[in-house]
Amino acid sequence: MYEVPDAPGTSSPGGSPDGTEISIAINNVGKIFQSDNKETIALDGVDLSIKRHEFVAIVGPSGCGKSTLMRLIAGLTFPTSGSVAVDHVVVDQAITNLGIVFQKPVLLEWRNVLNNVLLQVEMRGLNPKDFEDRAHELLRSVGLSDFANSYPYELSGGMQQRAGIVRALIHDPPLLMMDEPFGALDALTREQMRIDLEELWLATKKTVLFITHSIDEAVLLADRVVVMSPRPGKIETIIDINLERPRGLAARKYPEFEKAVDRITEIFLAKGVLHGGRNRAKPV
Amino acid sequence: MSDNPQSPTALPNKPSQAWAQRLKGARQFLISFVILFLVWELAVHAFDVKSYLLPAPSLIWQEFSGRWRYVLDNTWVTTSEILVGYLIAIAVSVPLAVFVAYFPTMERTIYPIIVFLQIVPKIAIAPLFIIWFGFGFTPKILLVFLLSFFPIVVSSIAGFKSIDEETMELAKSTGASSWMIFRKIRLPHAMPAIFTGLKVAAALSSTAAVVAEFVASDKGLGYLLLRYNGDIETPMVFATIMVLSIVGLVVYYAVEYIEKISIPWHVSQRSDTSRFDVSS
Repeated sequence: MYEVPDAPGTSSPGGSPDGTEISIAINNVGKIFQSDNKETIALDGVDLSIKRHEFVAIVGPSGCGKSTLMRLIAGLTFPTSGSVAVDHVVVDQAITNLGIVFQKPVLLEWRNVLNNVLLQVEMRGLNPKDFEDRAHELLRSVGLSDFANSYPYELSGGMQQRAGIVRALIHDPPLLMMDEPFGALDALTREQMRIDLEELWLATKKTVLFITHSIDEAVLLADRVVVMSPRPGKIETIIDINLERPRGLAARKYPEFEKAVDRITEIFLAKGVLHGGRNRAKPV
Repeated sequence: MSDNPQSPTALPNKPSQAWAQRLKGARQFLISFVILFLVWELAVHAFDVKSYLLPAPSLIWQEFSGRWRYVLDNTWVTTSEILVGYLIAIAVSVPLAVFVAYFPTMERTIYPIIVFLQIVPKIAIAPLFIIWFGFGFTPKILLVFLLSFFPIVVSSIAGFKSIDEETMELAKSTGASSWMIFRKIRLPHAMPAIFTGLKVAAALSSTAAVVAEFVASDKGLGYLLLRYNGDIETPMVFATIMVLSIVGLVVYYAVEYIEKISIPWHVSQRSDTSRFDVSS
């Protein structure tokens, strides 16, 4: 890891040193989307609390409401019933002490990589000059140092996504939300990004909410995996993952990994999210 | 950082190469025109075409060179009508597009009116403008304005509205003000669409000016066209049409040039060679 200078003037808000204080509290949340003459229940009776510095992964199929859940926490949409609180404050507007990474890189095509990263601080009314060193170091840490002046269209998908991640980190937010951040990447890039993300998390200990389709990815990254099922979107179970860190590439070999993956797979089989073939290797 | 779009040199184009390309293009353009005029000249002489039907380029030039000052004075009249009407159209359409894009109620109330105004054949109401505003500058500007207005407003609205949800969510998560979001995201994002409208409008504006002059005027290229036509001075009709075309071309390419330097980052402005693939 590189020495990344601290973000100037952005002290992370309060926080207890013992790492147990609840950072996010989701209380019996329901979310209904209304379109012309149809109601879609996106989330139903969701309870979840996420501790400070915790890495939580949410895994589930498309349409299980996991992105909606993330947007509820970020204050980008609001629950139909129940409540969401971040640091004991009920979320009733977009919260700003976070960084978001989307499945798409969401870079502005008229800005080069550096200026895309600095957009984050400009929009917050901070002086981008103060963040330039930090931006360069972060870009270096994700292997983009030679591309600071490149435009998004000159980069590959993986590189664009890395730039998007740096943008989410530049202001050193205490909370990082990632909505299928590696979903559009090829398998190898994806593996590397996962390893890098774990390293980054170990170094910074941010609270991370990581949304994914991939069971492996969720188990390899998270302290806890939240398993969701669709129609209506709800939490099936929450699984603690006690694998040692850093997990890196080796963790796939551990029985704990397999056990967790199997448990999640079983849930998805039981819920009809996955359909087991006749010749499946393991009885469930 | 830089709010104004980056300078074109920031893009990995080789400028010398681009210029060489452009010069080559200009040369081909010139050659094809020289050939066209040569064929025209020869054909007129070979088939002995009457000059009031189709004058030879040499005759057109001869007539024009005797009266170029007069034509130029009138060119200036038409050009200023185009420019003033066009600029007013920009000044009105772009802010209006912002309003419509930001306020859904504005869209429901104003948009149908805009569409209705577009459906009314504006050229047909040009005579009304004469009754209302007389023979001077005003009715011409008004017609140029009306014809340029619609394409700019429609494409600008599309530009301001076509922002994807994630970009807006990202912006909201920074707690930025609407003004900040407009300045840093919405406006630059809309620029390519706005320029599309500006180019369509530029092409329409010279037509509008000439039609307005047809209806009633005592100067301008449209007036000259009618007069020379009435006197069956066909070589001068041709000369006027050519001058008019040049005015239209200059206006269009001026807009395109401004587009090139304001949004060098957009797909439409990139040369293919500047893209390189890195597959990971």
